[in-house]
Amino acid sequence: MIRIKIDTEKCKGCGLCIKYCPKGLIVESKKLNKRGVYPAEFVRGKDECTGCKSCAIMCPEAAIEIIDDEKSNDKK
Amino acid sequence: MKKIFKKSPLLLDPVTHYCPGCGHGIVHRLVCEVIEELNITEKVLAIAPVGCAVLAYDYWDFDTTEAAHGRPLAVATGIKRMRPDLIVFTYQGDGDLAAIGTAETVHAANRGEDLTCIFVNNGVYGMTGGQMAPTTLLGQRTTTCKSGRDKKRDGYPLKISEMLAVLDGVCYIERTAVNKPKNVILTKKAIKRAFVNQIEGKGFSMVEIISQCPTYWALTPEEAVDKIENEIIKETPLGVIKDV
Repeated sequence: MIRIKIDTEKCKGCGLCIKYCPKGLIVESKKLNKRGVYPAEFVRGKDECTGCKSCAIMCPEAAIEIIDDEKSNDKK
Repeated sequence: MKKIFKKSPLLLDPVTHYCPGCGHGIVHRLVCEVIEELNITEKVLAIAPVGCAVLAYDYWDFDTTEAAHGRPLAVATGIKRMRPDLIVFTYQGDGDLAAIGTAETVHAANRGEDLTCIFVNNGVYGMTGGQMAPTTLLGQRTTTCKSGRDKKRDGYPLKISEMLAVLDGVCYIERTAVNKPKNVILTKKAIKRAFVNQIEGKGFSMVEIISQCPTYWALTPEEAVDKIENEIIKETPLGVIKDV
């Protein structure tokens, strides 16, 4: 299963990842971070994350990592 | 567990000083990824501009120097001529490259210096408070043209890429944008191409990147990327302008 990990303390809440997620799996969090913004949050929806990287490509803070839980990391 | 995407180790950890939704962060990351992929970390030397990206050296883990306002290409010329083994690139905004530094830009391009120029164009002076820049489009509102840029009063927007494309020393110019994932991928390809041209010693390469400035366009980040798609790209079409 693929999931994304958002560094919520880095997030400035610009919403570009929310706009470009084709499955709508990213929403604005209801909890403020230390910077005083509502960061993006990954949620489970009807569809699964396909790992298209659109969110990570658009994130101006490079705060998004995409992780595949099933594949093992070759390099370790 | 495998990481499909993680940030380049060349991009340092501190949170950038850029406004939410600013395109500079995306371009910073792309530059780091290209340098990592080409494996030129030890040879690369960046020249930061004066403008919003003035603190770029805080975010990059490779050698970076700073130049006076508008003069990165002149400084780059000196460095490249003394140290031809280095890969020298400048990272400039529109106030730096197209306003105060026009003379240095035109002459560095005309001499065909073996340099790479990353030109981030957002159409306003972001650092100083959103004043009108030479690249501001007709009708675009800024803090010094509240009713929109007027061709009679303020003249026409300066199309730097088209202007430099007619010079013989220039080998590659492309205009791209960072408003949606597809364009970001194309921007990365263009930046890579500009670096490869320098490694092969072909001449002056420039990538003009149309970037969003939500703060001084007075829009939300979502509206700002739509403005690029619906308005700015129609005025200044994307694509390769010169490729020799």
